[in-house]
Amino acid sequence: MKKILIIGATSAIAQEVAKIYATQKHELILWGRNSQMLTAISQDLTVRGASKVSVIAHDLNDFSRHEEFVTNIWKDSKTIDIALLAHGVLGDPRKAETTQSELFKLLNSNFVSHASLLAFISTEMIHQGHGTIAVISSVAGDRGKQSNYVYGSAKAGMTAYVDGLRNRLFKTGVHVLNLKLGPVDTPMTKDHKKGPLFGKAPQVGAGIVTAIEKKKNTVYLPFFWRYIMWIICSIPESIFKKLSL
Amino acid sequence: MMLLPSWGLYPKVQNQASQALESRFASLPLPDSTILPRGLGRSYGDSCLNNGGTLICSNYLNKFISFSSETGLIRCEAGVTFEDVIKLAVPKGWFLPVTPGTKFVTVGGAIANDVHGKNHHKSGNFGNHVTQFELLRSTGERLLCSRNSNPELFKATIGGLGLTGFITWAEFQLIKIDSSWVDQEQIQYHNLNDFFAIAEESEENFDYTVSWVDCVSSSDVRGIFIRGNFANAQSEDNFKLHKEKSLKNVPVFLPEQTLNRFSIRAFNELYFHKNISSHKAGLVHYEPFFYPLDSIHNWNRIYGKRGFLQYQFVVPYKNDAGAALNEIFQVLKKSQMGSFLAVLKTFGNLQPEGLMSFPKEGVTLALDFANYGDSLLKVLETCDSIVRSANGSVYPAKDARMSKQSFSTFYPQIESFEKHIDPKFSSSFWRRVR
Ligand SMILES: Cc1cc2nc3c(=O)[nH]c(=O)nc-3n(C[C@H](O)[C@H](O)[C@H](O)COP(=O)(O)OP(=O)(O)OC[C@H]3O[C@@H](n4cnc5c(N)ncnc54)[C@H](O)[C@@H]3O)c2cc1C
Repeated sequence: MKKILIIGATSAIAQEVAKIYATQKHELILWGRNSQMLTAISQDLTVRGASKVSVIAHDLNDFSRHEEFVTNIWKDSKTIDIALLAHGVLGDPRKAETTQSELFKLLNSNFVSHASLLAFISTEMIHQGHGTIAVISSVAGDRGKQSNYVYGSAKAGMTAYVDGLRNRLFKTGVHVLNLKLGPVDTPMTKDHKKGPLFGKAPQVGAGIVTAIEKKKNTVYLPFFWRYIMWIICSIPESIFKKLSL
Repeated sequence: MMLLPSWGLYPKVQNQASQALESRFASLPLPDSTILPRGLGRSYGDSCLNNGGTLICSNYLNKFISFSSETGLIRCEAGVTFEDVIKLAVPKGWFLPVTPGTKFVTVGGAIANDVHGKNHHKSGNFGNHVTQFELLRSTGERLLCSRNSNPELFKATIGGLGLTGFITWAEFQLIKIDSSWVDQEQIQYHNLNDFFAIAEESEENFDYTVSWVDCVSSSDVRGIFIRGNFANAQSEDNFKLHKEKSLKNVPVFLPEQTLNRFSIRAFNELYFHKNISSHKAGLVHYEPFFYPLDSIHNWNRIYGKRGFLQYQFVVPYKNDAGAALNEIFQVLKKSQMGSFLAVLKTFGNLQPEGLMSFPKEGVTLALDFANYGDSLLKVLETCDSIVRSANGSVYPAKDARMSKQSFSTFYPQIESFEKHIDPKFSSSFWRRVR
């Protein structure tokens, strides 16, 4: 039986991951903001077979409490086998271009909060000497484009952070995984037109579980985004800057 | 592209918006237009369509709330599918109390149509096994409905066609099984009298009965009667689940001519003779027994882009069900409109829970037809008149064309039902029949 910490546990993708672990009878610790939803999710996971589910309802952007919460989780659980960071917001990309509050919201919820949490989580993981840290990032971080570069830059920051952290933790026995997701059909993207490239949450969730199991370094989900991003990243900037992507 | 069509792909809707209820705690979206709850759209006609209005989808309401493997009582959100329930319950020795011929329906949709299955003669409809649910009304009220609490709304919502409010979660009782296998027998019958005799003989000892009927052969009405019970414990495979994925899919619409008079006849001929002997028994898994069509995704596309129509009616025994059936079979034969899949079954006398539930004691026939247009509509109108004079009714979940007059004859209780309709709710079906 594994102990799995899921941060941003109300996200649709996190829920799919949690369902799989629940069916495998693992223990889950869910951290998110909406306590009503966390309760509903923990009921669901219990019915599906989780051996134990506990919830922490607290705003993830309250950075001042990160250390305290992370320390307490390890105090209660002794060890955590898998920590998945799944929180984030799409925000309003247009507003973020000119409005400081929206800009900070996007950066905080998609990078600063992760960097801060990972600092404390990696300390605990190093101490226990094993475990996997998996972070949900986005293909949007691979190249800045006008439609959502604020969100993208936060994710790009995260990619660099996660890569560096993997490098640092390698010799401690802790594995670090960067999950680069393409757009997925979830409540987060409910206002977006769904094209054929939209991933389905259950499939993406299963992909995450497999990537964790196989100790991958970076995975693209669904897989074809690796090739799409390879193409997008190989367009020369002199041309790219003229495109309306 | 068509937005959220019904299973029969007819009628087509052009102007229909959709939104989702984000969680069972969220408030109901209230656009300017009328709204209608939507499950998996497995209703054939227009009862799950709202042309000019908005569908409120339940796809995010997919959580279980509680389940006791001692009592089999389960509580879940309304968008949980029958497949989800099976996957959870079968390994623990439980099964759905009543299931339609596909597992791709939601709990909310099953309540709103008060669906029936092969065990109607023993167990009634799905609604008979529902203990309580929460109904979210456009006023923002959340009403707990059960046989004791808001009992009138409970009855109106079961079989209430999604018009009385949005079901956010429901609780129902599962049935105990000893294995996921079914002891099945298949018996050929050569005329309606045979059918009635076998049905009567089977009802006491078999939990599940149904029959496939060939109504295009030139001889008498013939078919295969299928009956079964969940088997006792078998082996280590006792509670084997169905396979999750199937590769079979109908990826595109087939040309309209694929299913014609001749291919339908050939299919029926082959199907009838698939039993070499006239009587065959054996063990089958629940999946092919209950859900023979689920292995082919999007099979509704075999009828082509024009879509197809289902027609299901029930006629009470008292009014000489045999005569009415014969009459309808004659009409169909004369029209040369063959039905690819025709299902004949008896309904028992268990009182349905819902005010507007379709089943009543008697015999029911379900047919599907390629969309032949006006000529088909005329034939079905003739069938309606036969059903009307036999005191029967037609199933709204499968209907796309019955007249106002037929509807109010089949469902004289609409007056009392109407009082419970939420004023913000409506459907294409409702505007057509009312
Ligand atoms: C292959 C096949 C076999 C079938 N066999 C049978 C059978 O044997 N017996 C039988 O009875 N039926 C049968 N049906 C019909 C099917 O069971 C019903 O149409 C069922 O109600 C579909 O459920 P759904 O979730 O797809 O709901 P939808 O078709 O999306 O909606 C059905 C109705 O439920 C309402 N509704 C949906 N969700 C909610 C909610 N949360 N709150 C309130 N109202 C809601 C909708 O407004 C609509 O009126 C069959 C259908 C198919 C495709």
